[in-house]
Amino acid sequence: MIDTAKQDQQPETEHAHAELVAPSELSPGRRAFETVVRSREASILAVLLLIIAVATIKSPNFLFSANSWRDLLLTPSVLLLLAAGQCVVIITRNVDLSVGSVLGLTAYLTGRLFIDTGLPIVAVILVGVLAGAVLGLVNGLLVGFGKVPALVITLGTLYIYRGIVLSWAGSNRINPSDMPDAFGNLGTKTILTIPVLFILAMLVVVVVGYYLYTARGGRELYAIGSDPDAAVLYGLNVRRRVIAAFVLSGALAGLAGVVFAARYGSVSSSAGSGIELQAVAAVVVGGVAIFGGSGTVWGAAIGAILLVTINRVLPILGIPDFWQQALVGALILSAIALDRLLSLRRERQLIEARDS
Amino acid sequence: MTENPTRPASLELRGVVKSFGAVQALRSGSLRVEPGSIHALVGENGAGKSTLVKVVAGVYRRDGGEFLLDGSSVDFSSTAESKAAGVAVIYQEPTLFPDLSVTENIFMGRQILGSGRRINRSAMYAEAASLFAGLGVHIDPRRQALGLSIADQQIIEIAKAISLDARVLIMDEPTAALSGVEVERLFTVARRLRDEGRALVFISHRFDEVFELCDTVTVMRDGSYVDTLRVADTDVDKLVALMVGREVGDLFPKTPATVGGPVLEVRNLGSTGVFHDVSFDVRAGEIVSLAGLVGAGRSEIARAVFGVDGYDTGSVHLLGKAVPPRNPRAAIRAGMAFIPEDRRKQGLVIDASVSRNVAGVIRGRLSRFGVLTQRAENEASAPWASRLEVKTNALDMNATTMSGGNQQKVVIAKWLATEPRLLVIDEPTRGIDVGTKAEVHRLLSELAGQGMAILMISSELPEVLGMADRILVVSEGRLTADIDRDDATPENVMLAATRTREVRA
Repeated sequence: MIDTAKQDQQPETEHAHAELVAPSELSPGRRAFETVVRSREASILAVLLLIIAVATIKSPNFLFSANSWRDLLLTPSVLLLLAAGQCVVIITRNVDLSVGSVLGLTAYLTGRLFIDTGLPIVAVILVGVLAGAVLGLVNGLLVGFGKVPALVITLGTLYIYRGIVLSWAGSNRINPSDMPDAFGNLGTKTILTIPVLFILAMLVVVVVGYYLYTARGGRELYAIGSDPDAAVLYGLNVRRRVIAAFVLSGALAGLAGVVFAARYGSVSSSAGSGIELQAVAAVVVGGVAIFGGSGTVWGAAIGAILLVTINRVLPILGIPDFWQQALVGALILSAIALDRLLSLRRERQLIEARDS
Repeated sequence: MTENPTRPASLELRGVVKSFGAVQALRSGSLRVEPGSIHALVGENGAGKSTLVKVVAGVYRRDGGEFLLDGSSVDFSSTAESKAAGVAVIYQEPTLFPDLSVTENIFMGRQILGSGRRINRSAMYAEAASLFAGLGVHIDPRRQALGLSIADQQIIEIAKAISLDARVLIMDEPTAALSGVEVERLFTVARRLRDEGRALVFISHRFDEVFELCDTVTVMRDGSYVDTLRVADTDVDKLVALMVGREVGDLFPKTPATVGGPVLEVRNLGSTGVFHDVSFDVRAGEIVSLAGLVGAGRSEIARAVFGVDGYDTGSVHLLGKAVPPRNPRAAIRAGMAFIPEDRRKQGLVIDASVSRNVAGVIRGRLSRFGVLTQRAENEASAPWASRLEVKTNALDMNATTMSGGNQQKVVIAKWLATEPRLLVIDEPTRGIDVGTKAEVHRLLSELAGQGMAILMISSELPEVLGMADRILVVSEGRLTADIDRDDATPENVMLAATRTREVRA
């Protein structure tokens, strides 16, 4: 008797909620299309294409000379690798500031291996990646067990790792002639006009992106960044995942060091200093929330290409040095402000809808 | 729903004990919940309900007593274990991952995998949709959890519990933040789960809900089991009597004070979604208590009055002058002092010395040419600390090493140094031992005697009844009663605190 009365009230109950939580009735294809078009990644890509278009109109050589086309893709390769690793770390609500020093260390290591040992190229690359992974593991263990914010830990290891390169290399530098020609050629080699190093970097981005989207482990990284306390309540192994994220970031920074050596040929003890901030900037501009939990490695990759490209385009447009830096800064700030604004507005709307 | 004595209860607790240091939060917790039943658990704030729930959920480990699930003894050391055993707890404020879709929230950590151990999203969406359909609710499985109402977040938690096939569902004050229709929806879902043979525990302060939804009710008081009754055989008066069940003695000596003119005048104060249409006065020499249940909006009102939080409508006047909103500095200058609930977090620079803490709020007055010397700080704070008998060997001692009672006195000393006309104090004796409690009460009473207006927020009914000249009862963000000291009884305060929105009556 009572239960039938409840049943009668049901439609009214549902109606009251229809506005807030009604399932969208788009077809799957249409929904996928809308999601892509409305995503942050799409808007950054649009900005990137716009900048390339403007530069090309101003100076057609920017896109259409063979060298420029190659540089457009080749220059971001190092940053792409760093941004992919950084993105994974930031998604877990951490940050890895040591990647610049890891890059410097492994780039110098790469040169030394060619000079001091007869290791084949493939082995050298593997050693570089492995060395980066070990340095990343140190970061991860310190963050996982130290109960100190990653910002502080990796700021410390930034100086420590750089100190190691400085005392090891001193005023020595690696020169292109120290390394095998086949290795140096990697830096300029292209397949169908696309540089090999860019293909490598994009492969990494695709693999990381695929893992983040389709693996349980990848989704757990998002969950940890979204609410670390809830992640513990869900029974997720937060520490193991965070350590793994740092290992990945270190390994990719190691790979970036090898790529750096191949691309530029000469490596000094200061190689890659300051690039960690570019990596963080690329990730943030790419729509990854600095407090973790959202964003994609695709966005971070586009962000990396955008930052590098802007730095090359602004001189073409005749914009003075100082303003170039300021413009990049403005880009970062507006990306963060946009994030905050959108989430605040949404929250406010929903609270008001509930309250009335 | 007929009880079968040979069948084991879904959940049974007998004489469960749990202590935190010297504080015994649960003396003897007992509860027996049958399958296919909705069991209410009621009691005052601090009666031990939440502790009991956390023992069942595996958040705490019991110190003693028996804990049986379906007749077999269990001992959980983590929430993961209790989940695996079929216990699900839905908290008042669910913990979801705001950035992820509701489907991911339901399946996090045990996603449906397709070929190559890749997550099969479409299978998960379909499963979530069928869960929601089974619950009779409309939530887009693809939408983000961010921005969901509390009601919908609870539905997500319930969907999660069902997908885990939980046999015991505990809902800890699930309706506190819900509107009328949302409560009805939750009840429909709860009845559906009951009819499937699951056991539900429902914690609520709203008696009308207990009578509408539940078949059995267990009353707790002071960390102990009091009684279990069939809902059909009892009424509100009987439950209130069981919940309160103790005499308010002379534990709290309130010395009479001459009441002067109004010091604080609050008019039509409102903040969207938090509290509405709050108007009251506090006069000189008067202790006014904001009473009510946890989460009713008492602290929020106090924070808005002091200017820590903003408000949308209304005004605050101190001694006839308007106090600007969202400006604690102006409130201090106007003569207000605010001692927040969590003093470790909000009221005390915990790693600083006593004298620095006391002098902190009057730094501006103490500094000479912008330089603040330790000597000046010590000189200014010494009289206050000695007056409050803060037992620290030296004023240089760090606040972090002191007992809760002494910390509280340091916080009070800190604010008295500003010579306030109005003292707002939130939970003045929380976490303080009995002896020091009386000292804090004596101090408050003395301050009122000197003509200070005091607005006190307390969850402890005896403290409210013992200390306050006037009791303002807050329920769901609204003032529901204004009771004079002489007319106040535990029953009428409790009834006003559990009074629900008129709309739902």
